[in-house]
Amino acid sequence: MTKEECKQVVIDIINDIAPDEDTTDLKPDVRLRDQLDLDSMDFLDIVMELRKQHGIEVPEADYQQLASLDSCAEYLTPKFNEKKAV
Amino acid sequence: MVRRPREDQYDFLIIGAGMAGMAAAIRLGHFGKKVLLLERHAIIGGLNSFYKQDGRKYDVGLHAVTNYVPAGTKRAPLTKLLRQLRISHADLGLSPQNVSRVAFPGHDLRFSNDFALLESEVARVFPKEIDRFRSLTEKVKSFDELDLQGPKLSARKILSEELHDPLLIDMLLCPLMYYGSAKEGDMDFYQFVIMFKALFLEGFARPFEGVRHITQLLLRRMRELPVERIMNCGVQSLRAEEGEIKEVLLENGRVVRADCILSTIGSVETAALVENDVPFLRQNDEETPRLSFVETISVFDQQPVDWGWDETIVFFNDQEEFAYEQPDNLVDPRSGVICFPNNYQYPDEKTLAEGFLRITCLANYDRWIALPEDIYKEEKARWFEEMVRSARRFLPPLADAEIEKHQVGTDMFTPRTITKYTGHLGGAVYGAPEKIRDGKTPYRNLVLAGTDQGFLGITGSMLSGISMANLHGLQSG
Repeated sequence: MTKEECKQVVIDIINDIAPDEDTTDLKPDVRLRDQLDLDSMDFLDIVMELRKQHGIEVPEADYQQLASLDSCAEYLTPKFNEKKAV
Repeated sequence: MVRRPREDQYDFLIIGAGMAGMAAAIRLGHFGKKVLLLERHAIIGGLNSFYKQDGRKYDVGLHAVTNYVPAGTKRAPLTKLLRQLRISHADLGLSPQNVSRVAFPGHDLRFSNDFALLESEVARVFPKEIDRFRSLTEKVKSFDELDLQGPKLSARKILSEELHDPLLIDMLLCPLMYYGSAKEGDMDFYQFVIMFKALFLEGFARPFEGVRHITQLLLRRMRELPVERIMNCGVQSLRAEEGEIKEVLLENGRVVRADCILSTIGSVETAALVENDVPFLRQNDEETPRLSFVETISVFDQQPVDWGWDETIVFFNDQEEFAYEQPDNLVDPRSGVICFPNNYQYPDEKTLAEGFLRITCLANYDRWIALPEDIYKEEKARWFEEMVRSARRFLPPLADAEIEKHQVGTDMFTPRTITKYTGHLGGAVYGAPEKIRDGKTPYRNLVLAGTDQGFLGITGSMLSGISMANLHGLQSG
């Protein structure tokens, strides 16, 4: 999986959990929280969906890694690729 | 001990398929929890339901969905609610109100979903109070009403410090009490803030098809998820042992166990189900609901607006001082709420097929319950007339003959009806006077949600279910 594909996975999840948010022009390097009306409960939903849809576990200590699309890609892409390799 | 079969073991048991219970079930279902949702009645929705009579569908409870904000409004309870249930704003199909009014002797305050209207009305009617009203508004806006641990505060006490004119205080309290207070005379300040935001800072809306549009939407969401639902089946008893509920006996004879039990049926009502232990709440004066309501519904073969009745909701009171308390009589017709479900801005200028006038007044549960059947019917008929007469004083005048000519149906529900269909003690609509904000009980795995947690209205009830599901179902792992 490329980093761009990984970003799309996160965007798809956000579209799922926040159907009224416009995710078409998200800036990858800006915190998601500053661009969208997301609170801590919504981030919890993102974590849950990563587990449910993709079997990716994000421990609580790593939640801040999901701050922006760029940081999501940095953090999650290796996890996706590790999983594929297994 | 014999190990129970897996099918009788649930992650969550939710008691009551009202707004709070259904919202919690959806939330937990999203995350793959094994959920059992029980409803004693044949219809979902609890206090917000509907019934059919003479070929007509009548809404119960819902005058308006409060907390209405347009799609995309940031940080609003409605936005949060939709997000958490993964429902889009458009699916909810809400149409905003026209305009509403608080009508007291010689004084009217109009308000709409645009807060500027109420502000300008306060400036017009209470010019000396406007600065203080604005500062009160700021205080309300910055108050964290979602703090589950804060102290209990009297709204009247805080209002009398913030505002000087007792009439303005009563005029503000009247709609907020009618739409959500289980307490006589005063409100908890937390409740005041929740209601002030819900009614004045946000607003009223309604789906064209009424509350069943919302309950059906929730039902469809539940069907997509691993939620098992049993209708016509309540809880017989909760068996407590060592600070937790070990087993739940259902009315159909089944025995189930659950890691967490979420009860939305009311605090006193839940306590009454616990056996093998000291009940955690006794039915005493402080906790027993004393406020109940009657509602009349008049159906017309024309739209209310044709008579100049173009407002959405009118909160009326004919006394110098507004008394929100249990009446000595069967009904207190001196104050109440008038609602015209027709008067919302429905899409494409759609209109409801018939005209509806609904009037709500405070009622005395004990007196209604004590009536023998034949007298009950007589009293219903008598108070129907009385309430319509009282309410019409606050509407543009109309000849009695004109009403008679166009009236095609009537119905009325009383505190007896409420208890019969919802199981709420005392015909209560807004739950017990004392709220348990964090939903905790003395039992580790028994949690309360719904009106007795203190969140009110449809939006509040659903948020209550969601917040408890999140707290006990998701965050704890």
